[in-house]
Amino acid sequence: MKHLSRFTFASMLAMIALLAGVGRAAAQQPTPSDNDVNQVASQIYCPLCQNVRLDVCPTAACAQMRELIREKLAAGWSTKQIEDYFVQQYGPAVLAEPPAEGWNLLVYIVPLVALVAGAFFVAQVFRHSPKTQSKPARPTLPSEDPYLNRLEDELQHRQH
Amino acid sequence: MSDQIPPTLSRATPKRQPLWLTLLMGGILLGILALLAYSITHRQRAVVQAGDTAPDFTLQPFDGSPVSLSGLSGKIVVVNFWASWCQPCQQETAWLEQAWKQYGSDGQVVFLGVDYMDTETAAKAFIKQYGMTYLNGPDLESKISHDYGVMAVPETYIIGRDGKLAYAQIGPFASLDQITGVIDALLKQ
Amino acid sequence: MITNIGFGSLAIAFVLTLYSVGAALYGVRSKAGAWVDSARYAVMSVFFLITLAVAALIVLMLTGHYEVAYVYEVINSGMPLYLKVTALWGGQEGSILFWCWLMSGAAFIVMLRNWKEDRALLPWVIVVTMVTLTFFLGLTIFAVNAFYRFWTMPNGAEVTSVFQPAGATPIFPYNGVGLNPLLRHPAMIIHPPALYLGFVLFTIPFAFTIASLISGQKDDHWIALTHRWTLTAWLFLSAGLLLGMWWAYGVLGWGGYWGWDPVEIAALMPWLSGTARRWTAFLIMLTYTLVILGTFLTRSGLLSSVHAFAEGNLGVPFFIFLSLALIGMFGLLLYRWNDLEGHGALTSLLSRESIFILNNLLIMGILVVCLWGVLFPIFSEWITGQRITVGPPFYEHAAGPLFVGLLLLMGIVPLTAWGRSTIKTLGAAIWKPLTAALVLLVIAFVLGIREWAALLGIGVAALAGCVTLYDYGRSVWLRHRSRGENIFQSLWRTPGVSRRRYGGYIIHVGFSLMALGVIGINMFQTQTQATLAQNQSIQLDGYTLTYRTLEVWDTTGGSNLAQAVLNVSYDGTLVGQLFPTRNYYYSIQQSVTLPAIRSTLKDDLYVVLADWQDITTQSATFKVYHNPLVAWLWIGGGVLILGTLMAAWPSEEKRRRNRQVLS
Repeated sequence: MKHLSRFTFASMLAMIALLAGVGRAAAQQPTPSDNDVNQVASQIYCPLCQNVRLDVCPTAACAQMRELIREKLAAGWSTKQIEDYFVQQYGPAVLAEPPAEGWNLLVYIVPLVALVAGAFFVAQVFRHSPKTQSKPARPTLPSEDPYLNRLEDELQHRQH
Repeated sequence: MSDQIPPTLSRATPKRQPLWLTLLMGGILLGILALLAYSITHRQRAVVQAGDTAPDFTLQPFDGSPVSLSGLSGKIVVVNFWASWCQPCQQETAWLEQAWKQYGSDGQVVFLGVDYMDTETAAKAFIKQYGMTYLNGPDLESKISHDYGVMAVPETYIIGRDGKLAYAQIGPFASLDQITGVIDALLKQ
Repeated sequence: MITNIGFGSLAIAFVLTLYSVGAALYGVRSKAGAWVDSARYAVMSVFFLITLAVAALIVLMLTGHYEVAYVYEVINSGMPLYLKVTALWGGQEGSILFWCWLMSGAAFIVMLRNWKEDRALLPWVIVVTMVTLTFFLGLTIFAVNAFYRFWTMPNGAEVTSVFQPAGATPIFPYNGVGLNPLLRHPAMIIHPPALYLGFVLFTIPFAFTIASLISGQKDDHWIALTHRWTLTAWLFLSAGLLLGMWWAYGVLGWGGYWGWDPVEIAALMPWLSGTARRWTAFLIMLTYTLVILGTFLTRSGLLSSVHAFAEGNLGVPFFIFLSLALIGMFGLLLYRWNDLEGHGALTSLLSRESIFILNNLLIMGILVVCLWGVLFPIFSEWITGQRITVGPPFYEHAAGPLFVGLLLLMGIVPLTAWGRSTIKTLGAAIWKPLTAALVLLVIAFVLGIREWAALLGIGVAALAGCVTLYDYGRSVWLRHRSRGENIFQSLWRTPGVSRRRYGGYIIHVGFSLMALGVIGINMFQTQTQATLAQNQSIQLDGYTLTYRTLEVWDTTGGSNLAQAVLNVSYDGTLVGQLFPTRNYYYSIQQSVTLPAIRSTLKDDLYVVLADWQDITTQSATFKVYHNPLVAWLWIGGGVLILGTLMAAWPSEEKRRRNRQVLS
């Protein structure tokens, strides 16, 4: 009996020690600060309001979503995981940019193509425009109008 | 090219805008107008009118297995969009729960709650607080509310046995009698 | 009674605008000058009539006639007098009426000028301006009428209409709702009128362009005629945008000044096309289109934002007007393509002409980015059925480099002469300011700035600023030497000789300073947030803010104000106090949190109360931003406005020339 009770006592001690250790480890997980929450929330847009970031949105719904972020951060989720979760819950409109797939790629391609096409067009204009002879560089007083400048140039040419 | 033709005669051989440029500019213009026309005609509100076939959806409840609207044909389905942060939803939920208890037993009327732009923790707390016993689930990717043109909560859509929308309530119900009145009328048909 | 006068004037004005269009067109066909003159007088009387209507509405607002739906919507007895007047443009109906008034005023002024030399243009200018005005007046009468009143029908239903329906009794609410609290701010007084003026004034050069094209004139005489109108329109548009940015920063409390909100972009687009150099018919048409498009996007409920007016029934009328206008312009461009010769050959890649073209290319690029970004969500929803957001990251990535390119070009422009420039000429001109800019860049590097994007931006801004100052200095020196003037006289007189050119330089300096502010806040902003109990502190970038106390009281404006007191220290020494507030408005049950800002040339310290949890004396949540250099954004904006004023101001030489031309 004595052995058993000592054994029981020892195992109880061991269990208490184990639980205390586990307890300390759990207590060591810090609650994410407001700044941590804002860090993630600033990448996400409020699904209810238009064009309002989650970290500045004043509505009650957004406050709850920020608490949700806090929960997920406390559980160790990464920013990407939280963003994916929000997309799953509320749709892709919560992201600041369209996910880069399918038709969404057009969002960057179209302006790029337009710019390149424009540059090409301008280059063509340069190549095909007639060149005039260079005017001698002269120190002049700035005159009001380019028209006046041209006029003075003409006069100068005529006088020679 | 044009420096050989005196300016006064240059109109005799007019420069026409190149065809490809005309087509391109015209195409862009038409495209923009088409986009604007689309956005005006596809406004969010009143997407589903009474008499239209109600858009099908599958709801994954907080507890339980998925329910789809098409699987409920032949029954009257009350679809209520709510949120835990929605103040007017609170009173209405109490009435809906009462109505559910009243009509739900014989299986002819089904109540479904769609949680709109909400968080699971807050939603579950709301469900517990108001003792909701009918099925409630989140609107994943906001698809259901998009299909029904829901822009605010609460909104309720009551679908008849034929799968067509019978009654749309934008905003909260005014009383329990209003809810029972509509359902009774549908049951008589 | 007053309501009837107001609406009656509006109805008569509408009829007169239609008449003026008809009379002008008939005058052109029958070549009878009398009809065109009649149209001209009609245009002028329209202005008086609309003024009467606006005056009527203001009287109704000031005397609290809440049976008028618009007054009920925007006026609350607790509002101060100035807000009651500015509520004229606080809601949808009133703001469109206000637009009509500004439009008719601009047309009135144009009718006053001496038309002897441009008789051919007059009828078409009348037609274009009055068609536009007819559209907007039609909206105020048929769609968004500011003079609707509340009535109860015999069956108990409530309706709104201008005139009393049969058997109905009027309703007299004893108070109104009031303006959205976000709008109750001094900047909100000038921001909308400035923007509307900018939009409306662009219609005049547009009218002249169309008139010139239709009447078959082959020169660009109209550009010179309307240059001052264009510059003034751009001035007001710039002022409106700057005020909007300043208001967003100081009131909205999210620590920024520009959110790439679709409605902001809708106002930015005509400004962009207005900034393009070398006005051609195409650019003016583009600007007018963007003005109408912007108005359409903002008011038709397609885009919702903090700006959006109530979703109304304006979508379809605007769409029809826009389509007809676009088709008309397109057709006119095709028909008169020959007459749109660009003038001046492009002599060298680095000449002023070519730089203007590159400038325009970049601006067009930014325009495409903006327009596409606004339209893409609609496109995406159409094709994929999915709603997505195109937010600030897109605009920053796509348009950012283009803006930097513009800044770079701005640095080169003053140094090129009209005509040919070779690298050698440009190089000879540029080495001095380039060195100065490099020195500034090195200083920035030494001060701790390492990010390459920031250094690039600072370098380019410094280049633009130094080049401008160098050109000014060189001209002053030349004048001083050649005329033997005192140096101070030269400093003063040099700009006076060519106000337009020096106004342009000052505008460039303004842009450079703004660029400095933008770099500071966009790239180096830091923030932090914490809940503080009394006497606790929060720290950011060397600043320490200590929560001292909270004061709460009810204001005379019908709100409950909570004001927190924070002591601000930097490196241990007390430098000031900040008082962020939360204002709760009883009538609309909404609160507004206003930030408190401590602003110096070096940086801004920006604090706002976050009402995520209750605000009490025991604990309050504060959000603190540190925004370096942002004051330069506002300073640069002010310099920009001054430069534009200078460029638009009539100069002595021009007045002399005008007199010579007329005699």
